[in-house]
Amino acid sequence: MKAIVNVFLKNGVLDSQGKAVQHALSGHGFETVKDVRVGKQIIIEMNENDADAAKEKVAHMCEELLANTVIEDYEIEIQA
Amino acid sequence: MKVGIIQFPGTNCEYDTQHAFAALGCETQILWHKEDTIPSDMDLVVAAGGFSYGDYLRSGAIAKMSPIMKALKVYAENGGKVLGICNGFQVLTETGLLPGALKRNEGLHFISRHHHLKVINNDNVFLRHCNVDQVLNIPIAHHDGNFYIDENGLQELYANGQVLLKYTDEKGNIDNPNGSVDSIAGICNKSKTVFGLMPHPERAMESLLGSDDGKAMLEGFINA
Repeated sequence: MKAIVNVFLKNGVLDSQGKAVQHALSGHGFETVKDVRVGKQIIIEMNENDADAAKEKVAHMCEELLANTVIEDYEIEIQA
Repeated sequence: MKVGIIQFPGTNCEYDTQHAFAALGCETQILWHKEDTIPSDMDLVVAAGGFSYGDYLRSGAIAKMSPIMKALKVYAENGGKVLGICNGFQVLTETGLLPGALKRNEGLHFISRHHHLKVINNDNVFLRHCNVDQVLNIPIAHHDGNFYIDENGLQELYANGQVLLKYTDEKGNIDNPNGSVDSIAGICNKSKTVFGLMPHPERAMESLLGSDDGKAMLEGFINA
C-alpha cells in the first residue's frame, strides 16, 4: 500500500513561505489568488494490506516524526 | 567540571563549544549521537549548533530519533543540566525537553550577524552572572529561529520565569530579527535545568573577535 501524507502549518500559525508565494503570484497578475499555503508531501510505500492498519501506523509516524504537532497538522491518504 | 557535547552528523559547532568551555577551565568530551548513555560524570550536556541531518524534514526532527536523545531525556528527567544552542535548541524543542517550536525565519532569509539580546530573567544557573535588563552582544546564525508557542504556553513561560532572553537593539529596545513570538531568543524548562537559545554564546568568547559577552553566560554553569 501507499500512504500519502500532507503536512501543513496549523491555521493561525503564520505561513511565511505561503505569504511570499501569494505575493509573487499576485504581483504577476494572478489577481484571483486569495491565499496560498505551502506544505510538504511525504509518500510512503508499505508492506501492508490492511488500509486501516496502514493508516494507524502512518498516524503514529506523523506523531513521532513526520509532523511537529506544536505547529503542524497532517492528513493521511491510503492508496491500494 | 565536565561538559559533554553531542555530535550528530551535520553538527558543526561542537569544536567551538568545546574550545569555549575548555577556555573556561572545563574538561570536555564529544558524545557521538549513536551512544545510548550519557557518561555519569557529566555536569552539563550541550546540544551544539549546526545542521543535524542537513535539517531534512524539519530542523532537529531526525536528530531527535538518535539513540543519545533517549539517554539525554533520562539524564534531564533526573535533573541533569542541558544547554541547546541554535540547532541544539531546535533538537530540544523537537524532543519535548523544551516547549514551543522553531519555525522558518519570518523574512525567509538565513541571518548571520551579531545581534543584541536583553536578559529577562537571571534566576537560573545559565544567566546568574548577568543582570536583568543587561544587553549582550552575541552572534546569531540561523534559518529556522522563529520561536513559536501558543498563547497559553507563552503565559506559562512568563509565569514561571522561563523567558530568559529577547532580541533587542543595543539600547535594549525590542528588535526582532526573525519573527519570534515576543522577540524571544532563549528559554528554559520549568525546573530551570534545560536551557535553549538560538544565539551562539560560544562564538562570543574573545573581544578581539567582536564580543566576549558569551563568557558570562557559559560561566554560569561552572561551579553551579
